[in-house]
Amino acid sequence: MTLRLGLPSKGRLMEDAFAWFAARGIPLSRDGGERTYAARAGWEGLEPVLLSAGEIPRDLASGRLHLGVTGSDLVRERVAGWERRLEALAPMGFGAADVVIAVPDFWVDVRTLDDLDAACAAFRQAHGRRLRIATKYHRLVRDFLRAHGVADYLLVDSQGATEGTVKAEAAEAVADITSTGETLRANGLRVLDDGVIHRSEATLFRSRTAGWGRAERAALDRLLERVGGQTIPAAGG
Amino acid sequence: MSTPARREARRLLDAFLAAGAEEVEAAVLQPADLLLDLYGEDIRARAFVVHDPSRGDAMLRPDFTVPVVRMHMEAGRDPARYAYAGAVFRQQDEDDPDRPAEYLQAGFEIFGGSDPEEAEAEVFATLSAALADLPLRAATGDIGLLLAAVEGLSASPARKAALRRHLWRPRRFRALLDRYAGRTAPPPARERLLALADPFEGAGPEIGLRSRAEVEARLDALRAEAAEPPLTAAEVALIDALLAIAAPAPAALETVRALAAGAPSLAPAAERLARRLAALERRGIAPEALRFEGSFGRTTLEYYDGFVFGLFAERRPDLPPVASGGRYDALTRVLGQGRAVPAVGGAVRAGLAARLRFGGGR
Repeated sequence: MTLRLGLPSKGRLMEDAFAWFAARGIPLSRDGGERTYAARAGWEGLEPVLLSAGEIPRDLASGRLHLGVTGSDLVRERVAGWERRLEALAPMGFGAADVVIAVPDFWVDVRTLDDLDAACAAFRQAHGRRLRIATKYHRLVRDFLRAHGVADYLLVDSQGATEGTVKAEAAEAVADITSTGETLRANGLRVLDDGVIHRSEATLFRSRTAGWGRAERAALDRLLERVGGQTIPAAGG
Repeated sequence: MSTPARREARRLLDAFLAAGAEEVEAAVLQPADLLLDLYGEDIRARAFVVHDPSRGDAMLRPDFTVPVVRMHMEAGRDPARYAYAGAVFRQQDEDDPDRPAEYLQAGFEIFGGSDPEEAEAEVFATLSAALADLPLRAATGDIGLLLAAVEGLSASPARKAALRRHLWRPRRFRALLDRYAGRTAPPPARERLLALADPFEGAGPEIGLRSRAEVEARLDALRAEAAEPPLTAAEVALIDALLAIAAPAPAALETVRALAAGAPSLAPAAERLARRLAALERRGIAPEALRFEGSFGRTTLEYYDGFVFGLFAERRPDLPPVASGGRYDALTRVLGQGRAVPAVGGAVRAGLAARLRFGGGR
């Protein structure tokens, strides 16, 4: 019996996750140096698995992982109805960033979603097609704009350098993740006053669909005592 | 896909062919760019979009209506009636057996002709008759009434256009109506912006395809909007009264006629409703048994712009409609490059109909 724990395999997110567990008395280490993706835990019953942060939500949803560390933005984007399949156990206090909608700063007439909607209508009329919003957060952005009654936009996929898409005329506005807004500002963009879609943070998630036998539950309870997350109810899964 | 569903789709198709329709097919792969634009937000979010490296994005057809309209408008024939049966594809957020991502649809569409209410009654009666053995409840509505009410407002063309555009988004429609009626104040930031001598002072560089001229045009529109007098309380009350209608069709017609007495813009739409009910009655559909709801169809497909209807499983409000349809003249105008023809149609979820008929649990 082991709890499979998915961890980001590189970068700042990985380092912060390792440090977070270490600070709580659960040492994690890479097996054999920088280039391998194997890890081990100094904690009985825990099997760390290094994965791309973007794949951890999917593996939690399918039950291949019992636990996983990833951004709350990625879980909401990648897992439809995420709360039925995953449970957020503990916010981890790092990796904070906001998913926001931003428009060119010189659109002085557009400060709110209401304005954006009106601009979309006029744009469609003038150009004969919908105003494009570049993003990698299709589900988050669509749900948000639908909830706020914004229409006549088109999401175009952008998996990187999204802030540059307006200048490149590949999109008219963007929805992207930002921690300080610096890159957006440097690219002549401004976040709408009511344009924060989600405040994201690295979070320890539990899969509701993984096998949760008596031993797994006991191991999780011991782990949660250390890390200070909420415990799961005895019944159900 | 279960055999009873296929048999039901075949049975429905035969019923529609017997009503004089010509059988048509539509490719499963449809060009995404063109069609995504025509569907409302709901279907757009649910469409399966696949990438083809040589031809760009394609979409698995989420319904037949748009491909059939496209085919009809390109062929340029009139009048015509079509029937089809086949799978449609829509992503579902929940793994709910009542809402599969792939399901069979059988449909019937009438284009052209000189008696639109007669065509509406025929589509409704044909679908109802084909499902007559199932315990179904009918709900109807008329987007045309709301459009006529908006058209009759004393508001500027800009305000009317904004209301028309958000007819299908009740929350935003309500927010606009409240603002135009002076019930909610404009955002303070907007008032500050319009008071500035140079609103562009300190703003960032001009980037992207939305030009400075477009920003200036919107500022002009905002100034005109701020100067426009509010809608009267009576005007808002009229729209509220229309949206609140929920009654058997004859009583609803009386209400609409009473409202039209004080709002002449409603009169033609009220008469269309009366002619439709008469046409339905001639086809054996008792108007008393038809429910009419003023807001029916407002949250479904954006392309319906007149009569709308749904047939629902009695005592199973959790299920999607077994059949639904309506009038979509505006869609023919978009796909006909300015040429429009009257068009009305409806489609049945064949698998759901089969399950209601034969049981088979959930």
